[in-house]
Amino acid sequence: MPTTRRQFLSLAGGVTAAGTIPIVTLRPLQATPAMLNTAIRNVVSEAPIRTGKVKLDIPPLVENGNTVPMTVTVASPMTADDHVKSIHVFNEKNPQPNIGNFYLGPSSGRAQVATRIRLADTQKVVVIARLSDDTFWQVAVDVVVTLAACTEEMN
Amino acid sequence: MAALINVPAKARRGDVIEIRTLTSHVMETGFRHTVDGKLVPRDIITNFTCRYNGAEIFRADLFPAIAANPYLSFFTVAKESGRFEFKWIGDNGYSSTASASITVE
Repeated sequence: MPTTRRQFLSLAGGVTAAGTIPIVTLRPLQATPAMLNTAIRNVVSEAPIRTGKVKLDIPPLVENGNTVPMTVTVASPMTADDHVKSIHVFNEKNPQPNIGNFYLGPSSGRAQVATRIRLADTQKVVVIARLSDDTFWQVAVDVVVTLAACTEEMN
Repeated sequence: MAALINVPAKARRGDVIEIRTLTSHVMETGFRHTVDGKLVPRDIITNFTCRYNGAEIFRADLFPAIAANPYLSFFTVAKESGRFEFKWIGDNGYSSTASASITVE
């Protein structure tokens, strides 16, 4: 009996899935949500974190985790009395929970920072902004990554 | 060592201007292995500062999760003509500087 296309594809899909599982389970280098929480607490200590004011522009679906463009914008007048002191970017599943800390001031004029980051897995990216009145505001965005970064073998 | 800096050459006083920087660096994470199983040691830029006529206007701590050839974009208010000085500091004593000038009218 000749193999149909459908049978072939389901077989091929099964092999791929089976082949991927050991690689994933053999990768212990992964920050846990607990590490993410610790990293966040290192920045904000016991202060409450509110949701809002912060906007994170990042592609929801990333083909290559080695370079992912992201832009953080915080709604703030950036005056001497009311400005953003710092912006902290975290991830959930890279080997380390930190991505970057950015320090601004009233002379920044606009609370916006852009860079390119690495993402090792499909995960959540969390951004926390510290305002001049020492309140903390956050946003979390889910990003799907199809090709992971950070831990691949070097050729 | 090469760096690309994008600062407007001219601005009106009080304008909010965007500064973009790109520097060449491998940003080796320290989590990768060679084919024979050896860990590739970490080699990243850990710190970036931008000074405007001597005063610090922007600073960043970078981690291995920043992509190779770090790109940074940020803003400042054009206050006076002068120079922007950029400095990158990293592992293994890495240090690199660049500068750009601006005319404010």
